[in-house]
Amino acid sequence: MTTTAPSRQAPPAGPAQHGTPPVVPRWRRRLRPYLLSVPAVAIIIGILYPFFLGVYYAFLNYSAVNPNPVLVGFDNFRSVLSDPEFWTSVRVTATYAFVATGLETVLGIGIALLLNRSSIVGRIFEKVLILPLMIAPVIAAVIWKLMFNPQFGVLNHVLGLGSTFDWLSRDRALWSTILVDLWIYTPFVAILVLAGLRSLPKEPFEASEVDGAGWFYMFRRLMLPMMWPYILVAVIFRLMDCLKIFDIVYVLTAGGPGDATRTLQVGAFEDSITNLNYSRGSTYMFLLWILVFAVARYLVSVLGKAQRRAAGAEG
Amino acid sequence: MATEIKPGRKRLTLGSVGADLLLVFWFVFSLFPIAWMVLLALKTDTEQTTTYFAFSPTFDNFGTVMSQRGTDLTSVDFAGALVSSVLNCGGAVLVSLLIGIPAAYAAGRWKYRGSEDLMFQMLSFRFAPELMVVVPLFVIYNQTGLFDTTYGMIWVLQLVTMPLVVWILRSYFQDLSAELEQAALLDGYTRRRAFVMVALPLVRPGIAAAALLAFIFAWNNYVFPLILTDSNATTVTVAVTKFLGGGGQAYYNLTAAAALIGALPPLLLALTIQRYLVRGLSFGAVKA
Repeated sequence: MTTTAPSRQAPPAGPAQHGTPPVVPRWRRRLRPYLLSVPAVAIIIGILYPFFLGVYYAFLNYSAVNPNPVLVGFDNFRSVLSDPEFWTSVRVTATYAFVATGLETVLGIGIALLLNRSSIVGRIFEKVLILPLMIAPVIAAVIWKLMFNPQFGVLNHVLGLGSTFDWLSRDRALWSTILVDLWIYTPFVAILVLAGLRSLPKEPFEASEVDGAGWFYMFRRLMLPMMWPYILVAVIFRLMDCLKIFDIVYVLTAGGPGDATRTLQVGAFEDSITNLNYSRGSTYMFLLWILVFAVARYLVSVLGKAQRRAAGAEG
Repeated sequence: MATEIKPGRKRLTLGSVGADLLLVFWFVFSLFPIAWMVLLALKTDTEQTTTYFAFSPTFDNFGTVMSQRGTDLTSVDFAGALVSSVLNCGGAVLVSLLIGIPAAYAAGRWKYRGSEDLMFQMLSFRFAPELMVVVPLFVIYNQTGLFDTTYGMIWVLQLVTMPLVVWILRSYFQDLSAELEQAALLDGYTRRRAFVMVALPLVRPGIAAAALLAFIFAWNNYVFPLILTDSNATTVTVAVTKFLGGGGQAYYNLTAAAALIGALPPLLLALTIQRYLVRGLSFGAVKA
C-alpha cells in the first residue's frame, strides 16, 4: 500500500530559518494520508456491506414468508425481466428522468440568463429563488398534494377548472409529479448556471460585439460552449436523482393510479417493503443500479471532455 | 448580450421589461405554493375546506400540532418527531465531520495511491439508489435491534452527510496553499498543530457550509426514516406525510402547519450559507 511515496510538497532540505522542523520518520509521513482516511474507509466498508448483501439477495429467494432462502441463480432476473410491470416501471422512470431533466435544464438556463441581466427585480428574486429547493421534497409533495385536491384544492379554483378536474388521474399523474419536480429543482439548475455566467470572462463578448455579432450568435458560439461544464454538472445531478426518484412520487401517488407513476424505486419499495419480498425488490434495485452506474460513467466522461475543451477555449 | 452582462448599465427597454415580466411569472409559480401553505396553516378547522383566500386567521394550529391534543387528534407525535430529527441529523453531521475532515484533508493535501478511488466511492453513495442499501439494512436492523433507534439513523444517514462533507471540504483544502502549513512546520509546529492552528481555521467557512448543508439534506431525507424507523426515532418528514394518511377526519390546516414547521429549519439554515450554496450543492465542482 505504501509502495508509492505520496507526492507531498517536502519541506526544503536546507537549514531552517526559525528552528528545526520536527523530525518525522519517512514511513510515518508516507503512512499519514492512509491513517487519516482509515475511519472514512471503515464507514465505506460499513455501507458497502449491506450493498453487497443486497446484490446477494437478488440471487436468493428471500422474503418474509421464506426466511431460510436458498440460491436460485438468475431466476429473479428472468422473472423480473419477463414481467411487463417491470418494463412499465422502466418506461415511467425514463420518461420522468428525461422530461424533468430536460425541462429543468432549459428553464434553469433561461432563469439564469434573465437573472444575470442584474435588474433590480432580478436581484430581489435571486434571494427567494432557492426556497423551493431547500424545502424537503416530501414536504413540497405534501403541499402540492393539498393544492391538487379536486374539491378544495386551490389550483382548480384559481385556474377555473371546476371541482372534477383530477390532477392525479391515470393520464395526468406522471405529468403532475414532473411539475412538482420542476417546481423544486429548476432553481438548482438556475443557481449553478448563474454561477457559471458570473464567472465568464467579459473580453470575448465585448470583442464579438465590436465585430457586430448578434445576441443569438454570441449565445450559441461563445456562451454555450463556455457554460457547457456548468450545465453538465447540473444535468448529471438532476438525471441521476430523477432515475432513482422516490419521495415525491411516493407521497403524491404511491406509484398509482394503477402503475401510471410506478418508477423503479417505487416498484422496489412495493416489492421489498410492502410485500416483504426482499429478493425481488433487490433485483429491481440491482438493475436500476446498473442503469444509473452506466449513465453516470457516460456523463462524467462527457463532463471531463467538456471541461478540458472549455479550459482550452477560455485559456 | 455584452451590454447586459455589464452591471450598472440600466436602460428601460421593451426587452428588459419583458425579461422582468418572465421572472415575475416564475416567481409567482415558485412562491404561490409556499404562500398557500401559510394561508392554510392559519385557517380554522371549519374554514379549511370552505374558503380560499378570505378567512379569519388563527395561530392555534401551530400550538395544536406541537401539543398532546394534536397527537390525540391526528395520532402523529410531531413534537417527538422534531426532537428525533434534531438528534438524528445533529448526530449524523457530527460523526461525518469527525471522520470526514481528516479524510478530506488527506485527499486535498496529498496525492496518494487510492485517494481518488476513495473519493469516488464516496461520491457513488450520493448517486446510488437508496433502496439498494436500505432493504438489506431493514433486515439487518430488525435482527440487531437497531431498527427505530437514533444510532441506526445516524449510521444510515452517513450515506447522505459523509459524501457532502468530504467532497466539499476536499475542495476547500485543495484551495489552501500548502506553504502556510510549511511555514508553521518551519516554526517548529508539529504536523498536527499546524493542521489545527493553521489549516483548520482557514477552512472554517467551508466546514460551516458543509455541516449546515449536510444537516439540511439529512433533515430533508425521507426514504431512510420511512423504512428504518417506526414511532421512536421517526422524523419530521415522515411525520408530515402521516398527517395526510390515516382515517377519520382530515386536518389539512394542521398538515400545513406541520409542513411549515418542518420546512423552516432548512430554509433558515440555507439563508445563512447562501454564499456557499452553489459550491456545496455541486459537491465543490462549481466554485462560485
